[in-house]
Amino acid sequence: MSDLPTGPQVPDARGYFGAYGGRFIPEALIAAVEQVAEEYEKAKNDPAFTAELDLLLKDYTGRPSPLTDVHRFSAEAGGARVLLKREDLNHTGSHKINNVLGQALLTRRMGKTRIIAETGAGQHGVATATACALFGFDCTIYMGEVDTERQALNVARMRMLGAEVVAVKSGSRTLKDAINEAFRDWVANVDSTHYLFGTVAGPHPFPAMVRDFHRVIGIEARAQVLERTGALPDAVVACVGGGSNAMGIFHEFIPDAGVRLIGCEAAGEGAETPRHAATLTKGEPGVLHGARTYVLQDEDGQTIESHSISAGLDYPGVGPEHAWLKDTGRAEYRPVTDDAAMQALRLLSRTEGIIPAIESAHALAGALELGRELGPDATILVSLSGRGDKDMHTAAQYFGLYDESAQGENR
Amino acid sequence: MTSKLSQVLAAARAEERAALIGYLPAGFPSVEGGIKAVNALLEGGCDVVEVGLPHSDPVLDGPTIQTADDIALRGGVRITDVLRTVREVAAAHPVAAVLVMTYWNPVDRYGTARFAADLAAAGGAGVILPDLPVEESAEWRKAAAEHGLDTVFVVAPSSQDKRLAEVTAAGSGFVYAAAVMGVTGSRAQVGELAEDLVARTRATTELPVCVGLGVSTGAQAAQVAGFADGVIVGSAFVQRILDAGEDEPAALAAVRALAAELAQGVRSR
Repeated sequence: MSDLPTGPQVPDARGYFGAYGGRFIPEALIAAVEQVAEEYEKAKNDPAFTAELDLLLKDYTGRPSPLTDVHRFSAEAGGARVLLKREDLNHTGSHKINNVLGQALLTRRMGKTRIIAETGAGQHGVATATACALFGFDCTIYMGEVDTERQALNVARMRMLGAEVVAVKSGSRTLKDAINEAFRDWVANVDSTHYLFGTVAGPHPFPAMVRDFHRVIGIEARAQVLERTGALPDAVVACVGGGSNAMGIFHEFIPDAGVRLIGCEAAGEGAETPRHAATLTKGEPGVLHGARTYVLQDEDGQTIESHSISAGLDYPGVGPEHAWLKDTGRAEYRPVTDDAAMQALRLLSRTEGIIPAIESAHALAGALELGRELGPDATILVSLSGRGDKDMHTAAQYFGLYDESAQGENR
Repeated sequence: MTSKLSQVLAAARAEERAALIGYLPAGFPSVEGGIKAVNALLEGGCDVVEVGLPHSDPVLDGPTIQTADDIALRGGVRITDVLRTVREVAAAHPVAAVLVMTYWNPVDRYGTARFAADLAAAGGAGVILPDLPVEESAEWRKAAAEHGLDTVFVVAPSSQDKRLAEVTAAGSGFVYAAAVMGVTGSRAQVGELAEDLVARTRATTELPVCVGLGVSTGAQAAQVAGFADGVIVGSAFVQRILDAGEDEPAALAAVRALAAELAQGVRSR
């Protein structure tokens, strides 16, 4: 089920997807990153490793995740048939657990006893804290102070699971700065500690390894769509911050030339305004967090602070494989504003009884737009990467739900 | 031709002492103030200065240098200001070697060849790029060599011997040995790892080996000078300037005084 790829493929031996990727890290971390790469190569060829991971994915995570036809939502999407890949139904509430369990097993193989991680929305932090509880690892999660406020429920979940949550007060106090702080911890504690990186960014081998642990999303979904509809979908749509759920669902479809791959970036208040996180739409190639990729940056190569209502997409970089898929034209990336995402969140809630994460709502907004372009004959597969419980405070403020007059009015 | 940096380090060696290398970010606390502060490093007794090019994401720096970078960036420091700092300091101190230390992305964005040309034209002697490992550095090293710039690489206590040989073979000027595993910042003790790392590094190269990370006092400088070719101090200088607040003369006097204390240290091994 985990089906980790072992043949020749991108990236190359130095971790490059075309011009993107590589390993731009301090010398102090070279040995640790090489150890991760070597151990992962061994592990993915070890039947005992893949068997243990498969068992966890099945009995702990609850895989395979369902594929849901959303008829009432589809009516709003130009009549196109929309199918949701339900990563929100995984244990811990998002796709993040797929990668976390893989890297937790790897951590045990490496003989390390402490895990650190960054988190934006808190979904990766919760998944990591969960795995650390399961395996008995010490756990420290770095989270931007802004995000600890807007995702307070997930902070409480992580602490309930026994993790230490550090609110990062430097820089923009969001995901970018949480990653900086996690790297600082790792440099100082690398002997005992694995940095359980949560997205398909960072230095080689993280972009490829994290993608591989999430490939299960696309492998399952492709088979499920074929079985359900008798054909491949016309398009696969996913939200992209760092880009882990998108790489996970896209990867199996890359050889299917007729299937459009569409990533939805957070456009915040609009990609034409200064307040957005649309890295592939508005950024330029540079180096951030260990990899060459698209970066929101100024003329001097200083990172520009991103903005999104979604903490999980509020990131001025993106995984290098997405940069490569963009430049080769195999995938398309579209900006989705805060408002469009929030409207899609409410629409799915009220037409299907499914409250998505604000991150995933960006993909839903993208699917609504695409469905109206393609019309009723189209089939659109959407990665519903997470559930929205954590976002109820933000949504309540956005829609005024704490006000009694906001009740009722189902569409 | 022997590079400027090599000449300065050879001169210190000829005096049977370690060299003193001081770091301050450009633009801190202002561009003009920063130029004066870097000059004060040299007036106090540094042989080599590293001018920091502040970055928005200084992942290898502790809170002290992060604060200084923040102040510099909020003050609007640009790469052109960093190059002007190098130019003015190099002009005022023709005997000293002036390096730029920064993360890779600003150089990448400015343009590898353009940065090497402009730094050399400003009188710079070389660079330290701590997040550009040897295997990603070929294009930069080619540009640097064309303009007579040295490229100093960092080695760490975690570097294996085979790796040390690869890194020191690629570098020039000196080898920057990180005394501890961690980010920049003063520490009560300079790690025991440093002496072992210097010995292992020396086994791979004729280049001078200079030790940085955590050194902040004359006594620590003397201790490190006992086994290394140079002592690198950064955060302690930054802290002196932060402590002086708005009082620029006091800040410059404190920087000079610390440089003098450290200069004494590197001569008392």
